Amino acid sequence: MSVHTQTHTGAPAAARSAPAVPNKMIARDVKVFYGAKQALKGINVEIQENKVLALIGPSGCGKSTFLRCLNRMNDTIENCRVEGLIALDGEDIYGRSIDAVQLRARVGMVFQKPNPFPKSIYDNIAYGPRIHGMASGRDELDEVVEKSLQRAGLWNEVKDRLREPGTGLSGGQQQRLCIARAIAVSPEVILMDEPCSALDPIATAHIEELIDELRENFTIVIVTHNMQQAARVSQKTAFFHLGDMVECDDTEEIFTNPRDERTQGYITGRYG
Amino acid sequence: MQITVLVLILALLTVIGFQMGRTRAAASVGGRVVELHSVPSYHGFYVALWAGLPALFLFVLWTASEGWLVMQMVLASLPSRLTTGDTQSLSLLKADILNIAHGISTGRESDPDVAAAAKHYNALHAISGWSLLVIGSSLAALGLAYGRQHIGPDLRARNRVERVVSIALIVCSMVAILTTVGIVLSLLFEALRFFSAVSPLEFLFGTHWSPQMAMRADQVGSSGSFGAIPLFAGTLLITVIAMVVAVPIGLMSAIYMSEYANPTVRTWLKPILEILAGIPTVVYGFFAALTMAPFVRTMGQNLGLDVSSESALSAGIVMGVMIIPFVSSLSDDVINAVPQSLRDGSYGLGATKSETIRQVVLPAALPGIVAAVMLAVSRAIGETMIVTMAAGLTANLTANPLEAVTTVTTQIATLLVGDQEFDSPKTLSAFGLGLVLFLVTLSLNMVALRVVQKYREKYD
Repeated sequence: MSVHTQTHTGAPAAARSAPAVPNKMIARDVKVFYGAKQALKGINVEIQENKVLALIGPSGCGKSTFLRCLNRMNDTIENCRVEGLIALDGEDIYGRSIDAVQLRARVGMVFQKPNPFPKSIYDNIAYGPRIHGMASGRDELDEVVEKSLQRAGLWNEVKDRLREPGTGLSGGQQQRLCIARAIAVSPEVILMDEPCSALDPIATAHIEELIDELRENFTIVIVTHNMQQAARVSQKTAFFHLGDMVECDDTEEIFTNPRDERTQGYITGRYG
Repeated sequence: MQITVLVLILALLTVIGFQMGRTRAAASVGGRVVELHSVPSYHGFYVALWAGLPALFLFVLWTASEGWLVMQMVLASLPSRLTTGDTQSLSLLKADILNIAHGISTGRESDPDVAAAAKHYNALHAISGWSLLVIGSSLAALGLAYGRQHIGPDLRARNRVERVVSIALIVCSMVAILTTVGIVLSLLFEALRFFSAVSPLEFLFGTHWSPQMAMRADQVGSSGSFGAIPLFAGTLLITVIAMVVAVPIGLMSAIYMSEYANPTVRTWLKPILEILAGIPTVVYGFFAALTMAPFVRTMGQNLGLDVSSESALSAGIVMGVMIIPFVSSLSDDVINAVPQSLRDGSYGLGATKSETIRQVVLPAALPGIVAAVMLAVSRAIGETMIVTMAAGLTANLTANPLEAVTTVTTQIATLLVGDQEFDSPKTLSAFGLGLVLFLVTLSLNMVALRVVQKYREKYD
């Protein structure tokens, strides 16, 4: 399937952004139903490689639902039905040839609340590589753990206590541990669902810096309620409203020159 | 008769007090109820409590001490030739008086003095009843008047009533605690009597159990032996068999119910599984004795094994089946309590369902599962009926599950069945066994509770 070549007709702004950047993932007319209730009403988004896409919008607008479609986390929810096309590197992720489990190793996820496993810091990081058989032997695993923790900026804080439980870390450290855990399986895309909403401003600043650094190696999609955060960390921003994607453009464009009235209203704080 | 009347009067006065308190409270502020410190119904309860409680206390105290007081008065009026005996003849005398007073024939010619005493007893008893009625009712009326007098806008009726309620709650919880203490103490004292006859060392470490005592010195089998090791070993053997059956099956079904079953299946399956817990153990017992034991024996014979018709294996298997719902229901709750976020985190890393269950959910739920198993173990140790019916009464010291064994609880039951003399070590040994059993299950439960507490700290 050659979805790469498809262009998004509804968004002429996409043409203005650098066309050289390939699309890592695309979503075409994605509709999601929880039972009879429709949560997403046909979403079209391109996610460009090595960029950060921020999803903003008022609560209940479907940002998280959309995010969870991207690695099929919605499969675990009963009566959830997804329609439309979502492709990763041009391959339909809801297609027959893709297994949700393998997909999630390529599209990792970091959650709103830090959720370290009740294991040691080391085992938390080693969990993914172990189940995917990515490291053969102790030394290689040690290396993966160290590298992941270093990339998540947590190595210096925890290198002497790798055997202590991950639940004993502070909230911000726990969240960086979860990010380290996600990058340990070397995904291509990392999805972050309000990763800073349970953290204090200092921990938030840490994570934001980290996101900016991770962009080099990963494609990142982040859901956030914090408009400043979206402006700081993302290159692209999509505004969701009541299950619709209202507009998606360069972050600067969205914040300085929104085309839709609803976007303008939301980013200036008139509602939401 | 007087007691019924008194109870009726008290109930009536309490209801009247409630109504009175309510209306008077409302009247005291001219119907503007908001000006009261407490809403009128609290004033009602306040007066009702004043009417009911003091009289109730009097009633309880009176009935508790009446019998003893009346008897003392009767004894004091008896000629001293009857009352100077030792404790035993004195209690016999008391029993005689009571029997005659209640019109029960003692079967022998009664002393005229005793007959007179019985008459005296009845008279005093009647007087006591009537005075209780009069004093109780007047106390209730007085209380009602007193409470009513205090009603006013500023009366903190709510606080007072709630104080009484909280005291009542404390008393209720004390009942359970005191009962436990009482049971432990009675167990302890009887066990001490046993240990004064049989040395604790012989009891705890002896390997021969044959609890009999000679009535005469020349009797055959005059020496009993009280080495309880075969009982402990039998209990352990059966408990282990039961756990080998119950833990894997219970745990697996818990995992199925909480992780794999869809909600419809789950809503049906869980109650059905819990029905197993509602079957009386005696029913399990005859299932074990009439179905399981012959089955095990036939199977064993087909394999060329020598299986006794009452075997530890059949009792253990049936006991395990009985315990399955314990393990599965408790483990199911614990597994459900593992936060969904942990599962999501694992799925988000590309783990499969079984990897998630084995490596994240079960380790997180482990403390709770351990606690569930501990509770199941103490249930298995305490179980009596199945073993009595299916595993026999022979105190064999063996590790072979195909032989008959007996357990601590079964021995306690057989030792105390029927008429027994309570001064022989044979009977008293039951209390020694009971004490050991109690200590073991108590410590198991305490360990289980500690583990559960630790688990709670983690996820709240």
